[in-house]
Amino acid sequence: MPSNTSTDTTNPEQPSIVSRPIVATIILFGGLAILVLSIGLSIMYGASDIDFITIWQSLTQFDPSSTSHQIIRGLRIPRALAAALIGASLAMSGAIMQGMTRNPLASPSIMGVTAGATFMIAISYAVMPGSSNFTIMLWAFSGAALGTSIVFGIGSLSKSGLTPVKLALAGTAVTALLSSISSGIAIHFNVAKDISFWYAGGVSSIQWMHVQLLAPVAIIGLTIALLLANSITVLNLGDDVAKGLGQQTIITKLTGTLVVLLLTGAAVSVSGTIGFIGLVIPHITRFLVGVNYRWIIPCSAILGGLLLVIADTVSRMVNPPFETPVGTITALVGVPFFLYLARREGSGIR
Amino acid sequence: MNKKINKAWLVAIGLVAAIIVTLLLNLNLGVVRIAPVDVFKTLTGSGNEQNSMILFHFRLPRMVIALLIGAAMAVSGAILQSVTHNDLADPGILGINSGAGFAVVLYIFYFQGNVPDIGALSVFLLPLASLVGSTIAAILIYTISWKNGVSPIRLILVGIGINSAFAALIIIFQLKMDPNDFMRATVWLSGNISGTDWTYVLAILPWMFILIPFAMYKASALNTLNLGDDIAKGLGTHVERERRILLFIAVALAGASVSVGGGIAFLGLVIPHLARKIVGVRHESFLPITALMGAFLLLAADTIGRNILSPSEIPVGLVVSVIGGSYFIYLLSKT
Repeated sequence: MPSNTSTDTTNPEQPSIVSRPIVATIILFGGLAILVLSIGLSIMYGASDIDFITIWQSLTQFDPSSTSHQIIRGLRIPRALAAALIGASLAMSGAIMQGMTRNPLASPSIMGVTAGATFMIAISYAVMPGSSNFTIMLWAFSGAALGTSIVFGIGSLSKSGLTPVKLALAGTAVTALLSSISSGIAIHFNVAKDISFWYAGGVSSIQWMHVQLLAPVAIIGLTIALLLANSITVLNLGDDVAKGLGQQTIITKLTGTLVVLLLTGAAVSVSGTIGFIGLVIPHITRFLVGVNYRWIIPCSAILGGLLLVIADTVSRMVNPPFETPVGTITALVGVPFFLYLARREGSGIR
Repeated sequence: MNKKINKAWLVAIGLVAAIIVTLLLNLNLGVVRIAPVDVFKTLTGSGNEQNSMILFHFRLPRMVIALLIGAAMAVSGAILQSVTHNDLADPGILGINSGAGFAVVLYIFYFQGNVPDIGALSVFLLPLASLVGSTIAAILIYTISWKNGVSPIRLILVGIGINSAFAALIIIFQLKMDPNDFMRATVWLSGNISGTDWTYVLAILPWMFILIPFAMYKASALNTLNLGDDIAKGLGTHVERERRILLFIAVALAGASVSVGGGIAFLGLVIPHLARKIVGVRHESFLPITALMGAFLLLAADTIGRNILSPSEIPVGLVVSVIGGSYFIYLLSKT
């Protein structure tokens, strides 16, 4: 592995920017290849297994009368693509959040972003049932913004400032508060079934129009994030350093937050709450490629997409023919990692 | 000191009065309104059949459960906070509740269907299953966060993690149930006491009557532990032994409550804070006040949940989360 040959590897005390472009390139291209492969597997396995030749045929010579072809084109392909896009979006927003706040625990599900989006979607189900997907997505954006601003608002109100643990706790409290109100709304307006189906976090009901909504958002998010990447790398050294180097930290933070809201809002509006991807993937990526965000952001996107596609495939195999919400699979993968972080970081931060 | 004790008595009397008022209010509110006069008649045994059915079979057991669980959760949180020197400890946040919840879901999934004969007995076994779950969760949390001692922050973070893991496991098993059980489990997990009858009261009554007085009997040990390990050792306390006994009481109280009331978070966090503010940290007065306040809050929350959006009922756990979550956020922004 080329990573072992580099001399400046992990010394946590040193604030120098460790970057491993070779590893990153390998991840980008190798990861992309594996991602395509796993999307293929995800298309093959399901309630009925479909062999590779049929999949190929459905792409090259589509036969509308064949059920398998219908399943592949109408259900499986959009589902796999959406899973990849959602995973990528969540992982990117996690990476941006962690980079900007220098907070190892920052991630959309922990910081109240997802809970906020859920809350607004519950309201939209209650007051305007039968909204279009696009409208629901707008509600989700506003909710994501709401959740984030509450959490950060509490953090900045506090006298001892915005510590990592405080953000995590505020996120937990806001999540509990908002999801309780959402459940209350759901019960009262009798939309509990619609919402809990959506809330459990699933990509099972995805159609092409969801992909059409997700893809542009993910591409726009990725582009802006890449443009911001250098600023985030500098910001990750600390606000003072960034200011000293002449950076407009406020502008970076504002743009970064907007990208996070865009990516998370879109992902949540389609798939409900899928936790821990935004937390775990950026850490793994940073461990692999170093702390240059120009590499971290695209690599996180690839690895996040990969994880969610695999998790989605697994979720169909746990209890066939029923589907297990993919959020539970990512939680079971993510929790051990979270515990590891809590053990490692918990002693240093307060 | 004397002033504080007097104050504690005053607060206690006030709380008991508030509980009685809420109880009476609760008896006449609801989908079927029963006029206060009829409530009085029914209670003294001269009411009509329908009213006494509603009061004695539906409203009264539910209120008794609310009082018991509220007291138990609050005391559990108070013990956890004192023993771990951690102002943010709460059985809900720490994942003890979800551990108990998972055990109960497993129990319903594997045994409820297979042993139809035991009927009422299964209700009595529920707290036991729940206790096993909460104990396992507590041991997991404690060992994972142990690294040259348990720092409060690490304990909370590990708790949040364990909580999500159990929540995910619960969903996986819930989905394997048939739709009927699924709905029941969902409502129960969000903290609900609407389906309770006297069997449930009997099932948890012994736990409460042993554990809560035992906790109060241990008040002086809690006082010394709260001073810090070194001072407690200097005063001749077996620190580790006392800590384990007390932790077990806290976990058992949480487990028993969860088995009947489901996941009710934030109650164990908020109440001890309020109680400490009012009567100080002497556990002889702090614990009883905590119990009374917890009982009152849960009863009040249930009253709100039952009536605010009538005729649909909001599970009491959600109401408590809204109240408790807001208070928790206020606490965070103050420190």
